[in-house]
Amino acid sequence: MSGALTPRNVVIAALLVGLALLPLYVSITGDRFLLTLFTRIVILAMAAVSLNLILGYGGMMSFGHAAYLGIGGYTVAILAFEGVQSGFVQWPLALAASALFALVVGALSLRTRGVYFIMITLAFAQMAYYLASGMARYGGDDGLGLDSRSQFAGLLNLSNKTTFYYVCLILLCASILLVWRLTISRFGMVLRGTRSNETRMRAIGFPTYRYKLAGFVIAGTMCGLAGALVANHTDFVSPAMMYWTRSGDLIVMVVLGGMGTLFGPVFGALALLFLEQFLPTLISAVVRPFNPAGAVKAGEYWQIVLGPLLLLVVLFARGGIDGLLRMLSSRERHG
Amino acid sequence: MADALLQIENLSKRFGGIQASDRISLAIPDGELHAVIGPNGAGKTTLVSQLSGQIAPDSGRISFAGVDITGLPMHRRSAGGLARSFQITSLFLDISALDNVALAVQAHAGHSFRFWRDARGEAELRQPARAALERVGLGARADWPASALSHGEHRQLELAMALAGRPRMLLLDEPMAGMGPDESARMVTMLRALKQEVTILLIEHDMEAVFALADRITVLVYGRVIASGAPAEIRANAQVRDAYLGEQEAVS
Repeated sequence: MSGALTPRNVVIAALLVGLALLPLYVSITGDRFLLTLFTRIVILAMAAVSLNLILGYGGMMSFGHAAYLGIGGYTVAILAFEGVQSGFVQWPLALAASALFALVVGALSLRTRGVYFIMITLAFAQMAYYLASGMARYGGDDGLGLDSRSQFAGLLNLSNKTTFYYVCLILLCASILLVWRLTISRFGMVLRGTRSNETRMRAIGFPTYRYKLAGFVIAGTMCGLAGALVANHTDFVSPAMMYWTRSGDLIVMVVLGGMGTLFGPVFGALALLFLEQFLPTLISAVVRPFNPAGAVKAGEYWQIVLGPLLLLVVLFARGGIDGLLRMLSSRERHG
Repeated sequence: MADALLQIENLSKRFGGIQASDRISLAIPDGELHAVIGPNGAGKTTLVSQLSGQIAPDSGRISFAGVDITGLPMHRRSAGGLARSFQITSLFLDISALDNVALAVQAHAGHSFRFWRDARGEAELRQPARAALERVGLGARADWPASALSHGEHRQLELAMALAGRPRMLLLDEPMAGMGPDESARMVTMLRALKQEVTILLIEHDMEAVFALADRITVLVYGRVIASGAPAEIRANAQVRDAYLGEQEAVS
Protein backbone atom coordinates (compact mmCIF):
# COMPACT_ATOMS: atom_id res chain seq x y z
CA MET A 1 0.00 0.00 0.00
CA SER A 2 1.69 3.14 -1.15
CA GLY A 3 0.24 6.45 -0.20
CA ALA A 4 0.91 7.95 -3.62
CA LEU A 5 -1.81 9.59 -5.68
CA THR A 6 -1.96 6.84 -8.29
CA PRO A 7 -5.10 6.20 -10.34
CA ARG A 8 -5.62 3.05 -8.30
CA ASN A 9 -5.57 4.87 -4.99
CA VAL A 10 -7.80 7.63 -6.36
CA VAL A 11 -10.36 5.04 -7.48
CA ILE A 12 -10.26 3.34 -4.08
CA ALA A 13 -10.71 6.66 -2.28
CA ALA A 14 -13.54 7.63 -4.63
CA LEU A 15 -15.19 4.27 -4.03
CA LEU A 16 -15.07 4.68 -0.25
CA VAL A 17 -16.32 8.26 -0.37
CA GLY A 18 -19.04 7.25 -2.82
CA LEU A 19 -20.18 4.41 -0.59
CA ALA A 20 -20.17 6.69 2.44
CA LEU A 21 -22.21 9.38 0.70
CA LEU A 22 -24.65 7.07 -1.05
CA PRO A 23 -27.50 7.51 1.49
CA LEU A 24 -27.24 11.26 0.98
CA TYR A 25 -27.71 10.81 -2.77
CA VAL A 26 -30.59 8.42 -2.13
CA SER A 27 -32.33 10.88 0.20
CA ILE A 28 -32.07 13.58 -2.48
CA THR A 29 -33.28 11.46 -5.38
CA GLY A 30 -35.59 9.25 -3.35
CA ASP A 31 -34.24 6.18 -5.16
CA ARG A 32 -34.75 3.62 -2.36
CA PHE A 33 -33.92 0.76 -4.68
CA LEU A 34 -30.36 1.98 -5.03
CA LEU A 35 -29.89 1.78 -1.26
CA THR A 36 -31.19 -1.79 -1.20
CA LEU A 37 -28.88 -2.76 -4.07
CA PHE A 38 -25.86 -1.20 -2.43
CA THR A 39 -26.59 -2.74 0.95
CA ARG A 40 -26.51 -6.10 -0.83
CA ILE A 41 -23.28 -5.18 -2.61
CA VAL A 42 -21.62 -4.12 0.64
CA ILE A 43 -22.65 -7.32 2.45
CA LEU A 44 -21.52 -9.62 -0.35
CA ALA A 45 -18.32 -7.60 -0.70
CA MET A 46 -17.64 -8.47 2.92
CA ALA A 47 -18.18 -12.15 2.16
CA ALA A 48 -15.81 -11.84 -0.81
CA VAL A 49 -13.22 -10.05 1.34
CA SER A 50 -13.32 -12.97 3.77
CA LEU A 51 -12.96 -15.51 0.95
CA ASN A 52 -10.06 -13.51 -0.46
CA LEU A 53 -8.14 -14.01 2.80
CA ILE A 54 -7.90 -17.75 2.20
CA LEU A 55 -8.24 -17.87 -1.60
CA GLY A 56 -6.18 -14.85 -2.57
CA TYR A 57 -3.62 -14.68 0.20
CA GLY A 58 -3.63 -18.29 1.38
CA GLY A 59 -4.05 -20.08 -1.95
CA MET A 60 -6.88 -22.23 -0.51
CA MET A 61 -9.46 -22.77 -3.23
CA SER A 62 -12.52 -23.10 -0.99
CA PHE A 63 -15.57 -23.92 -3.06
CA GLY A 64 -18.01 -23.84 -0.18
CA HIS A 65 -17.76 -20.38 1.18
CA ALA A 66 -21.47 -19.59 0.75
CA ALA A 67 -22.15 -22.14 3.50
CA TYR A 68 -21.06 -19.55 6.05
CA LEU A 69 -23.53 -17.03 4.65
CA GLY A 70 -26.21 -19.62 5.27
CA ILE A 71 -24.98 -20.64 8.71
CA GLY A 72 -24.73 -17.04 9.89
CA GLY A 73 -28.11 -16.23 8.38
CA TYR A 74 -29.88 -19.30 9.68
CA THR A 75 -28.48 -18.78 13.19
CA VAL A 76 -30.06 -15.33 13.28
CA ALA A 77 -33.32 -16.49 11.69
CA ILE A 78 -33.74 -19.57 13.87
CA LEU A 79 -33.02 -17.63 17.06
CA ALA A 80 -35.54 -14.98 16.00
CA PHE A 81 -38.07 -17.70 15.22
CA GLU A 82 -37.55 -19.20 18.67
CA GLY A 83 -38.08 -15.83 20.30
CA VAL A 84 -34.51 -14.62 20.80
CA GLN A 85 -34.49 -11.21 19.15
CA SER A 86 -31.39 -9.72 20.72
CA GLY A 87 -28.53 -9.12 18.30
CA PHE A 88 -26.16 -9.33 21.25
CA VAL A 89 -27.07 -13.02 21.40
CA GLN A 90 -27.79 -13.68 17.72
CA TRP A 91 -24.64 -12.24 16.19
CA PRO A 92 -22.05 -13.81 18.51
CA LEU A 93 -23.79 -17.14 18.10
CA ALA A 94 -23.81 -16.71 14.30
CA LEU A 95 -20.05 -16.10 14.46
CA ALA A 96 -19.49 -19.06 16.78
CA ALA A 97 -21.54 -21.42 14.60
CA SER A 98 -19.63 -20.34 11.49
CA ALA A 99 -16.29 -20.67 13.27
CA LEU A 100 -17.15 -24.16 14.45
CA PHE A 101 -18.26 -25.24 10.98
CA ALA A 102 -15.06 -23.79 9.49
CA LEU A 103 -13.00 -25.59 12.10
CA VAL A 104 -14.52 -28.95 11.21
CA VAL A 105 -14.39 -28.43 7.44
CA GLY A 106 -10.89 -26.98 7.59
CA ALA A 107 -9.51 -29.66 9.89
CA LEU A 108 -10.52 -32.32 7.38
CA SER A 109 -10.12 -30.57 4.05
CA LEU A 110 -6.74 -28.96 4.75
CA ARG A 111 -5.18 -32.39 4.99
CA THR A 112 -5.77 -32.71 1.27
CA ARG A 113 -4.63 -30.67 -1.69
CA GLY A 114 -5.78 -29.44 -5.07
CA VAL A 115 -8.95 -30.94 -6.47
CA TYR A 116 -9.62 -32.97 -3.32
CA PHE A 117 -9.60 -29.82 -1.22
CA ILE A 118 -12.07 -28.17 -3.58
CA MET A 119 -14.34 -31.21 -3.56
CA ILE A 120 -14.38 -31.55 0.23
CA THR A 121 -15.21 -27.90 0.83
CA LEU A 122 -17.92 -28.18 -1.82
CA ALA A 123 -19.29 -31.37 -0.25
CA PHE A 124 -19.56 -29.81 3.20
CA ALA A 125 -21.36 -26.76 1.82
CA GLN A 126 -23.82 -29.00 -0.02
CA MET A 127 -24.37 -30.93 3.21
CA ALA A 128 -25.28 -27.66 4.94
CA TYR A 129 -27.60 -26.89 2.04
CA TYR A 130 -29.44 -30.20 2.31
CA LEU A 131 -29.54 -29.98 6.08
CA ALA A 132 -31.29 -26.61 5.83
CA SER A 133 -33.67 -28.03 3.21
CA GLY A 134 -34.55 -30.81 5.61
CA MET A 135 -35.35 -28.64 8.63
CA ALA A 136 -39.15 -28.77 8.38
CA ARG A 137 -39.65 -26.68 11.50
CA TYR A 138 -37.68 -23.87 9.91
CA GLY A 139 -39.37 -23.87 6.54
CA GLY A 140 -37.34 -26.54 4.74
CA ASP A 141 -36.91 -25.71 1.07
CA ASP A 142 -39.17 -22.68 1.35
CA GLY A 143 -36.90 -20.91 3.79
CA LEU A 144 -37.72 -18.95 6.89
CA GLY A 145 -38.86 -15.36 7.26
CA LEU A 146 -37.76 -12.99 10.02
CA ASP A 147 -40.52 -11.24 11.94
CA SER A 148 -38.13 -8.63 13.15
CA ARG A 149 -34.53 -7.69 12.64
CA SER A 150 -31.86 -8.14 15.31
CA GLN A 151 -32.50 -5.91 18.33
CA PHE A 152 -29.63 -4.00 19.90
CA ALA A 153 -31.34 -2.78 23.07
CA GLY A 154 -32.57 0.36 21.34
CA LEU A 155 -29.03 1.45 20.44
CA LEU A 156 -29.43 0.65 16.77
CA ASN A 157 -32.56 0.33 14.69
CA LEU A 158 -31.65 -2.04 11.88
CA SER A 159 -35.09 -1.60 10.33
CA ASN A 160 -34.04 1.89 9.34
CA LYS A 161 -32.54 1.29 5.92
CA THR A 162 -29.94 4.02 6.18
CA THR A 163 -28.80 2.89 9.63
CA PHE A 164 -28.58 -0.69 8.42
CA TYR A 165 -26.60 0.37 5.36
CA TYR A 166 -24.09 2.19 7.53
CA VAL A 167 -23.78 -0.77 9.90
CA CYS A 168 -22.96 -2.96 6.90
CA LEU A 169 -20.52 -0.42 5.46
CA ILE A 170 -18.69 -0.02 8.78
CA LEU A 171 -18.41 -3.78 9.15
CA LEU A 172 -17.09 -4.05 5.58
CA CYS A 173 -14.44 -1.43 6.33
CA ALA A 174 -13.59 -3.21 9.57
CA SER A 175 -13.13 -6.51 7.76
CA ILE A 176 -10.90 -4.87 5.14
CA LEU A 177 -8.85 -3.34 7.95
CA LEU A 178 -8.63 -6.72 9.67
CA VAL A 179 -7.56 -8.50 6.48
CA TRP A 180 -4.97 -5.80 5.86
CA ARG A 181 -3.41 -6.19 9.31
CA LEU A 182 -3.66 -9.97 9.13
CA THR A 183 -1.84 -10.14 5.82
CA ILE A 184 1.06 -7.92 6.82
CA SER A 185 1.49 -9.56 10.24
CA ARG A 186 3.68 -12.55 10.99
CA PHE A 187 0.61 -14.71 10.54
CA GLY A 188 0.02 -13.23 7.10
CA MET A 189 3.63 -13.80 6.08
CA VAL A 190 3.19 -17.48 6.90
CA LEU A 191 -0.10 -17.64 5.00
CA ARG A 192 1.41 -16.01 1.91
CA GLY A 193 4.55 -18.08 2.09
CA THR A 194 2.42 -21.20 2.25
CA ARG A 195 0.53 -20.19 -0.89
CA SER A 196 3.80 -19.62 -2.68
CA ASN A 197 5.68 -22.76 -1.57
CA GLU A 198 4.30 -24.93 1.19
CA THR A 199 7.03 -27.59 1.19
CA ARG A 200 9.61 -24.91 1.64
CA MET A 201 7.67 -23.37 4.50
CA ARG A 202 7.73 -26.69 6.33
CA ALA A 203 11.42 -27.10 5.58
CA ILE A 204 12.26 -23.79 7.20
CA GLY A 205 10.33 -24.83 10.27
CA PHE A 206 6.66 -23.77 9.96
CA PRO A 207 3.89 -26.19 10.91
CA THR A 208 1.82 -24.90 8.00
CA TYR A 209 -1.35 -26.88 8.71
CA ARG A 210 -2.27 -25.01 11.86
CA TYR A 211 -1.74 -21.61 10.25
CA LYS A 212 -3.86 -22.55 7.26
CA LEU A 213 -6.54 -23.82 9.60
CA ALA A 214 -6.48 -20.58 11.59
CA GLY A 215 -6.86 -18.58 8.38
CA PHE A 216 -9.69 -20.85 7.26
CA VAL A 217 -11.56 -20.34 10.55
CA ILE A 218 -11.06 -16.56 10.54
CA ALA A 219 -12.39 -16.33 6.98
CA GLY A 220 -15.39 -18.54 7.79
CA THR A 221 -16.23 -16.49 10.86
CA MET A 222 -16.07 -13.21 8.93
CA CYS A 223 -18.35 -14.65 6.28
CA GLY A 224 -20.73 -15.83 9.01
CA LEU A 225 -21.12 -12.21 10.07
CA ALA A 226 -21.95 -11.31 6.47
CA GLY A 227 -24.57 -14.08 6.65
CA ALA A 228 -26.15 -12.51 9.74
CA LEU A 229 -26.34 -9.27 7.75
CA VAL A 230 -27.93 -10.98 4.76
CA ALA A 231 -30.69 -12.40 6.99
CA ASN A 232 -31.37 -8.94 8.40
CA HIS A 233 -31.25 -7.36 4.96
CA THR A 234 -33.72 -9.64 3.22
CA ASP A 235 -35.71 -10.55 6.38
CA PHE A 236 -35.52 -14.06 5.04
CA VAL A 237 -33.20 -17.04 4.82
CA SER A 238 -33.40 -20.09 2.57
CA PRO A 239 -31.20 -23.02 1.64
CA ALA A 240 -30.60 -21.36 -1.74
CA MET A 241 -28.15 -18.92 -0.15
CA MET A 242 -25.82 -21.87 0.47
CA TYR A 243 -26.15 -23.49 -2.93
CA TRP A 244 -22.85 -24.16 -4.66
CA THR A 245 -23.48 -21.60 -7.36
CA ARG A 246 -23.54 -18.97 -4.60
CA SER A 247 -20.05 -20.12 -3.59
CA GLY A 248 -19.14 -19.80 -7.24
CA ASP A 249 -20.40 -16.21 -7.28
CA LEU A 250 -18.10 -15.37 -4.37
CA ILE A 251 -15.12 -16.89 -6.18
CA VAL A 252 -16.03 -14.91 -9.31
CA MET A 253 -16.10 -11.70 -7.26
CA VAL A 254 -12.65 -12.38 -5.88
CA VAL A 255 -11.14 -13.36 -9.24
CA LEU A 256 -12.87 -10.56 -11.15
CA GLY A 257 -11.77 -7.97 -8.61
CA GLY A 258 -8.24 -9.26 -8.13
CA MET A 259 -7.09 -12.13 -5.93
CA GLY A 260 -4.83 -11.31 -3.04
CA THR A 261 -5.47 -7.58 -3.19
CA LEU A 262 -7.08 -5.62 -0.41
CA PHE A 263 -9.87 -3.92 -2.34
CA GLY A 264 -10.16 -6.36 -5.24
CA PRO A 265 -13.09 -8.28 -3.73
CA VAL A 266 -15.00 -5.03 -3.22
CA PHE A 267 -14.50 -4.11 -6.89
CA GLY A 268 -15.47 -7.65 -7.82
CA ALA A 269 -18.69 -7.62 -5.80
CA LEU A 270 -19.60 -4.22 -7.19
CA ALA A 271 -18.92 -5.30 -10.77
CA LEU A 272 -20.69 -8.66 -10.58
CA LEU A 273 -23.80 -7.36 -8.85
CA PHE A 274 -23.99 -4.37 -11.19
CA LEU A 275 -23.78 -6.68 -14.18
CA GLU A 276 -26.35 -8.99 -12.66
CA GLN A 277 -28.64 -6.01 -12.13
CA PHE A 278 -28.21 -4.06 -15.32
CA LEU A 279 -27.08 -6.50 -18.02
CA PRO A 280 -30.60 -7.90 -18.53
CA THR A 281 -31.98 -4.39 -19.07
CA LEU A 282 -29.10 -3.51 -21.34
CA ILE A 283 -29.51 -6.65 -23.44
CA SER A 284 -33.25 -6.09 -23.72
CA ALA A 285 -32.64 -2.55 -24.89
CA VAL A 286 -30.19 -3.73 -27.54
CA VAL A 287 -32.47 -6.52 -28.76
CA ARG A 288 -35.72 -4.51 -28.73
CA PRO A 289 -35.29 -2.71 -32.11
CA PHE A 290 -34.78 -6.05 -33.84
CA ASN A 291 -37.26 -8.22 -31.97
CA PRO A 292 -39.65 -6.30 -29.71
CA ALA A 293 -41.45 -9.45 -28.56
CA GLY A 294 -38.35 -11.34 -27.50
CA ALA A 295 -36.52 -8.46 -25.84
CA VAL A 296 -37.40 -9.26 -22.23
CA LYS A 297 -36.72 -12.93 -22.78
CA ALA A 298 -33.31 -12.09 -24.26
CA GLY A 299 -32.45 -10.18 -21.10
CA GLU A 300 -32.77 -13.39 -19.11
CA TYR A 301 -29.76 -14.73 -20.92
CA TRP A 302 -27.47 -12.06 -19.47
CA GLN A 303 -25.03 -14.71 -18.33
CA ILE A 304 -24.16 -15.39 -21.97
CA VAL A 305 -22.52 -11.98 -21.90
CA LEU A 306 -21.12 -12.37 -18.39
CA GLY A 307 -19.33 -15.63 -19.21
CA PRO A 308 -17.13 -14.31 -22.05
CA LEU A 309 -16.51 -11.16 -20.01
CA LEU A 310 -15.10 -13.27 -17.17
CA LEU A 311 -13.06 -15.24 -19.65
CA LEU A 312 -11.52 -12.03 -20.97
CA VAL A 313 -10.62 -10.94 -17.46
CA VAL A 314 -8.98 -14.27 -16.66
CA LEU A 315 -7.10 -14.36 -19.97
CA PHE A 316 -6.00 -10.77 -20.33
CA ALA A 317 -6.18 -9.16 -16.91
CA ARG A 318 -4.69 -11.66 -14.51
CA GLY A 319 -4.91 -9.29 -11.59
CA GLY A 320 -8.59 -8.57 -12.23
CA ILE A 321 -9.93 -5.05 -11.87
CA ASP A 322 -7.33 -4.19 -9.27
CA GLY A 323 -4.65 -5.43 -11.67
CA LEU A 324 -5.95 -3.12 -14.40
CA LEU A 325 -5.88 -0.16 -12.03
CA ARG A 326 -2.38 -1.10 -10.95
CA MET A 327 -1.28 -1.24 -14.57
CA LEU A 328 -2.69 2.25 -15.13
CA SER A 329 -0.88 3.42 -12.03
CA SER A 330 2.52 2.11 -13.04
CA ARG A 331 2.09 3.40 -16.61
CA GLU A 332 1.42 6.85 -15.21
CA ARG A 333 4.51 6.69 -13.04
CA HIS A 334 6.82 5.59 -15.82
CA GLY A 335 5.29 7.53 -18.70
CA MET B 1 30.68 -42.82 18.00
CA ALA B 2 28.15 -41.88 20.63
CA ASP B 3 29.10 -38.23 20.51
CA ALA B 4 28.26 -37.75 16.84
CA LEU B 5 25.93 -34.84 16.14
CA LEU B 6 24.16 -36.69 13.38
CA GLN B 7 23.97 -40.45 13.54
CA ILE B 8 22.46 -42.52 10.73
CA GLU B 9 21.96 -46.24 11.24
CA ASN B 10 20.95 -48.71 8.54
CA LEU B 11 18.80 -46.26 6.65
CA SER B 12 16.91 -47.89 3.79
CA LYS B 13 14.45 -46.52 1.28
CA ARG B 14 13.01 -48.20 -1.79
CA PHE B 15 11.05 -46.58 -4.63
CA GLY B 16 9.43 -49.41 -6.55
CA GLY B 17 12.31 -51.36 -8.04
CA ILE B 18 14.99 -48.88 -7.08
CA GLN B 19 16.85 -49.18 -3.83
CA ALA B 20 17.53 -45.49 -3.26
CA SER B 21 19.09 -45.96 0.16
CA ASP B 22 20.60 -49.29 1.07
CA ARG B 23 21.45 -49.69 4.77
CA ILE B 24 23.29 -46.40 4.97
CA SER B 25 25.16 -45.82 8.23
CA LEU B 26 27.02 -42.62 8.89
CA ALA B 27 28.18 -40.67 11.90
CA ILE B 28 29.00 -37.00 11.60
CA PRO B 29 30.68 -35.43 14.63
CA ASP B 30 30.09 -31.87 15.70
CA GLY B 31 32.14 -29.40 13.65
CA GLU B 32 32.82 -31.65 10.68
CA LEU B 33 32.19 -30.81 7.05
CA HIS B 34 31.15 -34.11 5.62
CA ALA B 35 30.70 -34.45 1.88
CA VAL B 36 28.58 -37.08 0.19
CA ILE B 37 29.49 -37.76 -3.42
CA GLY B 38 28.37 -40.27 -5.97
CA PRO B 39 27.24 -40.57 -9.58
CA ASN B 40 23.83 -39.33 -10.70
CA GLY B 41 21.04 -41.43 -9.29
CA ALA B 42 23.16 -42.65 -6.37
CA GLY B 43 20.49 -41.52 -3.93
CA LYS B 44 22.17 -38.43 -2.52
CA THR B 45 19.14 -36.19 -2.58
CA THR B 46 16.99 -39.04 -1.26
CA LEU B 47 19.36 -39.29 1.68
CA VAL B 48 19.11 -35.57 2.43
CA SER B 49 15.33 -35.68 2.08
CA GLN B 50 15.15 -38.43 4.68
CA LEU B 51 17.39 -36.45 6.99
CA SER B 52 15.28 -33.30 6.61
CA GLY B 53 12.06 -35.27 7.00
CA GLN B 54 10.58 -34.74 3.56
CA ILE B 55 10.68 -38.47 2.88
CA ALA B 56 10.12 -41.18 5.49
CA PRO B 57 12.65 -44.04 5.42
CA ASP B 58 11.42 -47.64 5.13
CA SER B 59 13.71 -48.69 7.95
CA GLY B 60 16.66 -47.45 9.93
CA ARG B 61 17.19 -44.74 12.47
CA ILE B 62 18.34 -41.12 12.43
CA SER B 63 19.38 -39.33 15.57
CA PHE B 64 20.39 -35.72 15.89
CA ALA B 65 22.16 -34.37 18.99
CA GLY B 66 21.33 -37.60 20.79
CA VAL B 67 17.60 -37.46 20.00
CA ASP B 68 15.86 -39.95 17.74
CA ILE B 69 14.32 -37.80 14.97
CA THR B 70 13.36 -40.60 12.56
CA GLY B 71 9.64 -39.97 13.00
CA LEU B 72 9.69 -36.22 13.48
CA PRO B 73 7.96 -33.98 10.92
CA MET B 74 10.05 -31.61 8.84
CA HIS B 75 9.23 -28.44 10.76
CA ARG B 76 10.24 -30.00 14.09
CA ARG B 77 13.64 -31.03 12.72
CA SER B 78 14.22 -27.58 11.36
CA ALA B 79 13.20 -26.02 14.67
CA GLY B 80 15.62 -28.40 16.37
CA GLY B 81 18.57 -26.98 14.47
CA LEU B 82 18.82 -29.14 11.35
CA ALA B 83 18.47 -26.83 8.34
CA ARG B 84 18.30 -27.80 4.71
CA SER B 85 18.93 -25.99 1.45
CA PHE B 86 17.43 -27.26 -1.77
CA GLN B 87 19.14 -28.49 -4.90
CA ILE B 88 16.42 -27.07 -7.07
CA THR B 89 16.11 -23.50 -5.95
CA SER B 90 12.88 -23.19 -4.11
CA LEU B 91 12.45 -19.66 -2.90
CA PHE B 92 9.50 -17.37 -2.47
CA LEU B 93 9.92 -15.53 -5.74
CA ASP B 94 7.18 -12.95 -5.34
CA ILE B 95 8.75 -11.26 -2.32
CA SER B 96 12.10 -9.57 -1.70
CA ALA B 97 15.34 -11.34 -0.81
CA LEU B 98 15.15 -9.83 2.66
CA ASP B 99 11.54 -11.03 3.06
CA ASN B 100 12.66 -14.54 2.20
CA VAL B 101 15.29 -14.59 4.89
CA ALA B 102 13.03 -12.81 7.39
CA LEU B 103 10.55 -15.66 6.94
CA ALA B 104 13.27 -18.12 7.84
CA VAL B 105 14.13 -16.05 10.92
CA GLN B 106 10.46 -15.91 11.86
CA ALA B 107 10.23 -19.69 11.67
CA HIS B 108 12.64 -19.86 14.58
CA ALA B 109 11.25 -16.95 16.57
CA GLY B 110 8.40 -18.67 18.36
CA HIS B 111 4.89 -19.17 17.03
CA SER B 112 3.49 -16.92 14.31
CA PHE B 113 -0.01 -16.44 15.68
CA ARG B 114 0.59 -12.71 15.72
CA PHE B 115 -2.17 -11.07 13.82
CA TRP B 116 -1.75 -7.33 13.88
CA ARG B 117 1.76 -5.93 13.93
CA ASP B 118 3.50 -5.30 10.61
CA ALA B 119 6.03 -8.12 10.32
CA ARG B 120 8.13 -6.09 7.89
CA GLY B 121 8.61 -3.48 10.60
CA GLU B 122 9.90 -5.86 13.25
CA ALA B 123 13.60 -5.33 13.89
CA GLU B 124 13.65 -8.67 15.65
CA LEU B 125 13.09 -10.32 12.27
CA ARG B 126 14.70 -7.85 9.91
CA GLN B 127 18.08 -7.43 11.60
CA PRO B 128 19.07 -11.10 11.75
CA ALA B 129 17.79 -11.48 8.19
CA ARG B 130 19.91 -8.60 6.99
CA ALA B 131 22.91 -10.04 8.83
CA ALA B 132 22.45 -13.43 7.15
CA LEU B 133 22.25 -11.74 3.74
CA GLU B 134 25.45 -9.79 4.44
CA ARG B 135 27.09 -13.02 5.45
CA VAL B 136 26.49 -14.67 2.09
CA GLY B 137 27.38 -11.51 0.20
CA LEU B 138 23.87 -10.49 -0.81
CA GLY B 139 23.56 -7.40 1.37
CA ALA B 140 23.22 -5.11 -1.62
CA ARG B 141 20.35 -7.17 -3.02
CA ALA B 142 18.23 -7.17 0.13
CA ASP B 143 15.31 -5.25 -1.33
CA TRP B 144 15.30 -6.86 -4.75
CA PRO B 145 12.47 -9.22 -5.50
CA ALA B 146 13.82 -12.76 -5.33
CA SER B 147 12.65 -13.33 -8.90
CA ALA B 148 15.07 -10.65 -10.16
CA LEU B 149 18.21 -12.31 -8.74
CA SER B 150 20.60 -14.39 -10.85
CA HIS B 151 20.92 -18.13 -10.48
CA GLY B 152 24.08 -17.87 -8.42
CA GLU B 153 22.44 -15.32 -6.17
CA HIS B 154 19.51 -17.66 -5.67
CA ARG B 155 21.94 -20.26 -4.35
CA GLN B 156 23.42 -17.68 -1.99
CA LEU B 157 19.94 -16.71 -0.86
CA GLU B 158 19.15 -20.36 -0.18
CA LEU B 159 22.19 -20.48 2.06
CA ALA B 160 21.22 -17.28 3.85
CA MET B 161 17.80 -18.76 4.60
CA ALA B 162 19.34 -21.91 5.98
CA LEU B 163 21.68 -19.83 8.14
CA ALA B 164 18.96 -17.51 9.37
CA GLY B 165 17.62 -20.08 11.79
CA ARG B 166 21.05 -20.36 13.50
CA PRO B 167 21.15 -24.09 12.85
CA ARG B 168 23.56 -26.53 14.49
CA MET B 169 23.84 -28.41 11.24
CA LEU B 170 23.34 -27.54 7.59
CA LEU B 171 22.24 -30.01 4.95
CA LEU B 172 23.42 -28.50 1.67
CA ASP B 173 22.14 -30.14 -1.48
CA GLU B 174 24.39 -29.11 -4.36
CA PRO B 175 24.85 -25.47 -3.39
CA MET B 176 27.04 -24.92 -6.45
CA ALA B 177 24.77 -26.51 -9.03
CA GLY B 178 24.67 -24.44 -12.19
CA MET B 179 27.16 -21.86 -10.94
CA GLY B 180 29.93 -20.37 -13.03
CA PRO B 181 33.58 -20.78 -11.94
CA ASP B 182 33.66 -17.36 -10.24
CA GLU B 183 30.49 -17.95 -8.31
CA SER B 184 31.65 -21.41 -7.31
CA ALA B 185 34.93 -20.05 -6.02
CA ARG B 186 33.08 -17.48 -3.93
CA MET B 187 30.80 -20.16 -2.55
CA VAL B 188 33.82 -22.30 -1.58
CA THR B 189 35.33 -19.37 0.30
CA MET B 190 32.04 -18.81 2.06
CA LEU B 191 31.59 -22.44 3.03
CA ARG B 192 35.14 -22.55 4.35
CA ALA B 193 34.28 -19.69 6.68
CA LEU B 194 30.98 -21.28 7.64
CA LYS B 195 32.44 -24.63 8.59
CA GLN B 196 34.17 -22.99 11.54
CA GLU B 197 30.78 -22.44 13.15
CA VAL B 198 28.38 -25.07 11.93
CA THR B 199 28.46 -28.75 11.11
CA ILE B 200 27.76 -29.33 7.42
CA LEU B 201 26.64 -32.24 5.31
CA LEU B 202 27.47 -31.28 1.74
CA ILE B 203 26.25 -32.95 -1.39
CA GLU B 204 28.16 -31.69 -4.38
CA HIS B 205 29.20 -32.66 -7.88
CA ASP B 206 32.06 -30.20 -8.06
CA MET B 207 34.96 -32.49 -7.04
CA GLU B 208 37.42 -29.65 -6.75
CA ALA B 209 35.19 -27.98 -4.21
CA VAL B 210 34.53 -31.22 -2.33
CA PHE B 211 38.20 -32.09 -1.96
CA ALA B 212 39.02 -28.52 -0.97
CA LEU B 213 36.40 -28.34 1.74
CA ALA B 214 35.57 -31.73 3.19
CA ASP B 215 37.00 -33.16 6.41
CA ARG B 216 35.61 -36.50 5.44
CA ILE B 217 33.94 -37.86 2.33
CA THR B 218 31.38 -40.61 1.87
CA VAL B 219 30.88 -42.19 -1.53
CA LEU B 220 27.40 -43.40 -2.40
CA VAL B 221 26.72 -45.72 -5.35
CA TYR B 222 23.27 -47.21 -6.00
CA GLY B 223 22.19 -46.17 -2.52
CA ARG B 224 25.09 -47.90 -0.80
CA VAL B 225 28.08 -46.49 1.01
CA ILE B 226 31.12 -47.92 -0.80
CA ALA B 227 33.70 -45.84 1.02
CA SER B 228 33.97 -43.29 3.76
CA GLY B 229 37.07 -41.50 4.96
CA ALA B 230 39.44 -38.56 4.68
CA PRO B 231 39.84 -36.98 1.22
CA ALA B 232 43.25 -38.59 0.72
CA GLU B 233 41.88 -42.07 1.48
CA ILE B 234 38.98 -41.56 -0.90
CA ARG B 235 41.27 -40.37 -3.64
CA ALA B 236 43.41 -43.47 -3.18
CA ASN B 237 40.52 -45.92 -2.93
CA ALA B 238 40.49 -48.22 -5.96
CA GLN B 239 36.83 -49.09 -5.69
CA VAL B 240 35.87 -45.43 -5.70
CA ARG B 241 38.06 -44.78 -8.71
CA ASP B 242 36.38 -47.57 -10.60
CA ALA B 243 32.86 -46.61 -9.66
CA TYR B 244 33.06 -42.92 -9.83
CA LEU B 245 36.17 -40.80 -9.96
CA GLY B 246 37.73 -42.60 -12.89
CA GLU B 247 34.52 -42.33 -14.82
CA GLN B 248 34.40 -38.61 -14.10
CA GLU B 249 37.94 -38.07 -15.26
CA ALA B 250 37.25 -40.04 -18.40
CA VAL B 251 34.32 -37.79 -19.13
CA SER B 252 36.07 -34.51 -18.49
